[in-house]
Amino acid sequence: MPKKQHTKRRLLAVGSIMVGLLLISACSSGTKSDSASDALDPNADLKTQSLVVSNWAAYMPEDLPANFEALTGSKVTVTNHATNEEIMAKLTAGGDSGIDVAFVSGQFAQALAAQGLLESIHPELIPNLKNLYPEATKLPYDIGNKYSVPYSWGTTGICYRKDLTGFDPTSWNDILNPVAKLKGKVTTLATERWLMLPAQKLLGYSANTTSETEMAKVKDTLIAAKKNLLAYDDTTFYTRLVSGEAAMTVAWDGWCNYGITDNKNIKFVVPKEGSDLWTDTMVILKTSKNKEAAHAFINYVLDAKVQSWVIENILYKVPNKAAMDLVAAKLGETYPNMLMTPAELLKGEGLIDLGAAGPMYTKIATEITASK
Amino acid sequence: MTPVTSVKAGRSVNKRRDLLERLTLQGPGLAYLLLFMAVPICLILIYSIFQRGQFGGVVFHATTENFTRALDPVYRSVLFDSLKIASITTVLALALGYPTAYGIAKLPKRFRTTALLLIVMPFWTNFLIRTYSWIMLLNSEGLLNKALLKLNLIHSPLDLLYTQSAVILGLLYGYLPLMILPLYASIEKLDPEIREAASNLGANRFRTFLDVTLPLTISGVLAGSIFVFIPSLGNFIVPELLGGGKTVMVGNLIRDQFLKARDWPFGSVLALVVIFLVFVLFALQSKVEKRISGDAHAN
Amino acid sequence: MGITYFFLYVPIIALVGMSFNASDSPFTWNGFSTKWYGVLVNDSTVLKGLTNTLIVAFTSTLLATILGTALAVGLHQYTKSSFLNAFALAPAIMPDIVLGIGLLALFALLSMTLGLYSVVIAHVVFSMAFVSAVVKARLSNSDPALREASMDLGATRSTTFFKITLPSLTPAIVAGALLAFTLSLDEFVIAFFTNGPATPTLPIIIYSMVRFGVTPEINALASLLMLVSFTAVIGAQRMTKLAEAQS
Repeated sequence: MPKKQHTKRRLLAVGSIMVGLLLISACSSGTKSDSASDALDPNADLKTQSLVVSNWAAYMPEDLPANFEALTGSKVTVTNHATNEEIMAKLTAGGDSGIDVAFVSGQFAQALAAQGLLESIHPELIPNLKNLYPEATKLPYDIGNKYSVPYSWGTTGICYRKDLTGFDPTSWNDILNPVAKLKGKVTTLATERWLMLPAQKLLGYSANTTSETEMAKVKDTLIAAKKNLLAYDDTTFYTRLVSGEAAMTVAWDGWCNYGITDNKNIKFVVPKEGSDLWTDTMVILKTSKNKEAAHAFINYVLDAKVQSWVIENILYKVPNKAAMDLVAAKLGETYPNMLMTPAELLKGEGLIDLGAAGPMYTKIATEITASK
Repeated sequence: MTPVTSVKAGRSVNKRRDLLERLTLQGPGLAYLLLFMAVPICLILIYSIFQRGQFGGVVFHATTENFTRALDPVYRSVLFDSLKIASITTVLALALGYPTAYGIAKLPKRFRTTALLLIVMPFWTNFLIRTYSWIMLLNSEGLLNKALLKLNLIHSPLDLLYTQSAVILGLLYGYLPLMILPLYASIEKLDPEIREAASNLGANRFRTFLDVTLPLTISGVLAGSIFVFIPSLGNFIVPELLGGGKTVMVGNLIRDQFLKARDWPFGSVLALVVIFLVFVLFALQSKVEKRISGDAHAN
Repeated sequence: MGITYFFLYVPIIALVGMSFNASDSPFTWNGFSTKWYGVLVNDSTVLKGLTNTLIVAFTSTLLATILGTALAVGLHQYTKSSFLNAFALAPAIMPDIVLGIGLLALFALLSMTLGLYSVVIAHVVFSMAFVSAVVKARLSNSDPALREASMDLGATRSTTFFKITLPSLTPAIVAGALLAFTLSLDEFVIAFFTNGPATPTLPIIIYSMVRFGVTPEINALASLLMLVSFTAVIGAQRMTKLAEAQS
């Protein structure tokens, strides 16, 4: 048939399919999964349940799935994600992601819960919750740990090479406005919340601020700081310190420990203006058909021995008092930030989800990183 | 049967056979793309008229505010920079790729596939590791700087990394095979006798290239250019790692909306802008191709 | 031409060199060691990922080459419409994150459980576009008279297609298939969104190591892959030489 009619027909077909699917997706997104949050069976046979757990690579003991299965009969498959943002997209794209337990940072757990995607935590199924510090039950993104259980926590500060800087930085200004010899030898974190953090704290603002005027000032500070920057770097900054490309970096405390392992001249400090408190948590998806096993899994992870693996191998602090008591003191000799008490950590401002202000942060981050 | 009717009958049988062949050849591919490309893309692009929910997700209130947000100068400047970087990358890819594809096509037949394989094999390693290798080579403590310093060609390390040039280098490196392969397919077809004829008629090699070889291979040139240009626009790894996050490209922008801001509606709008732009480019490419190759075939 | 090969292989040489790095870092050298090869051989996760990636790459390349070539020939012979031509090329120009999330949404709508096959489906989408573009690039120079002559001589359309058209397209099909294979091997974004949790592909595994450190184990993997590919290519080259010498 003539070309024009052919094309028109095609467009009509595509159009009607689109409309049809739109209607379906609009309807189905209204009805959330039917596994409601009612009582779970404490005597459920875990052998009939299996788990899919999504976590960062190498973030938990390699033999954990096998040991858990030996203990409970429930098989665990581990899948990995590289960033919070990716796993969030997967979990919110609709339908059943196939994931039962996910490790996400606190503010993302909050966002998931706000969208009704999380199963509430049934404390009676997780006796090891008693191992947590009392402070770890009052974290601002989920007070009372209603839908998340904390796994690791820490703060952000300046990780630097004392031998290259010649001094100990004390203020966020030392890295945002470095002295002449250090210009071009500093890096800051690229992920939005931590990109903004140094400027927010320097200007005395909250790390969770949604004020447009405050964020405009933050933006100006960071645009000015860009000129002195080597790079925005989330993943390779400590190797840059080790190689000497950089002298000062904004870093998470656990990461700085990796640098310290390689080069004893590397030190960590929390600037005097204050910093944040970040937490990585475990959450259970509402779409999970293995909720009892999921709870048992979290309980197993909170065991003192298991969590002490995290401390010893990942060099992160955990909110698990029993685990920290086992091993932290010895590690603290090489890695001073291990000795931070929960009270000190809580001086940092806990990050929460920004709600509707999220896109504003993204836009400002773009304006900063794209500035000339 | 009179001859006229039999010719007519013959023609309609032919038409039916044509239709059958057309359906068999085009049908599966088009149906596949319809289901697995058109539908998913539409699912996402539909979001562009809706709003982001408070914590992410989509709220189905129709609005045009996302389109007006896209007009903000920061996005225009990112788009412009991306176009600039992608264009430079494409031109460089063409400059390197055409002679290479030509050289491979001129090799004895038994070596050609091997030569092609050798082009793509580096890309069977992992992109992250290849990028790390470049970082290692180019950073201020890296091999290139150390070599240049030793040879006394420079006195202090060059700032090669975390610049726009590093991004261009990374993109060029990543997409060069996508330029070479279509070019090769197109050049290999060339009849060497046409070039001989041209030089017999007195044209020098440059003229021959410009007036004969290039127009006949224009579809390969244009295909290769699109294959380099488009992914360069959308790449986000290279600007992050080699550019140190200091160069923002359209790919970073779109990804940020979908992943960081969890603002799928706005991400869809930005994606729409890019797709629209690309279709415009593609339409241009079709026209140019028809023009040039039409001329070439006519001459 | 030599410059191109040099340019392409310089980082590869560096990459192979670093696979012998004694330290954990893929970019600061700290002495010679072959330990990472040992780590690699024992790392079942990475090896499984490699297998998954190869399965996806071979399968999607096969499907994409068939669908893409047929589409290219069909479009070249029967369609002047630029809309359809643009449609055939469209997957190559879509932002990969939109395609990835879109396919995830579609699969969710169809209540499909994800696995390797959903990655294959997704990869065929863009691979097909590349194959058909490469084949079309060659077709645009081809002489329609050949096909007409064949049919005038009484050959059916399918005989013409298989005995005349296809053979003349072989270099383009090979180039297209190589492209599709290469693209699928290293593709991360779309695979991440369309994959099932139990069957990660290699790019997904490696990319997810970014937070806690990519180690020279990956360099070792890449070096071994290069070694195997080289051997296969040289071997195939030798065999072609032998075959030619015999004929």
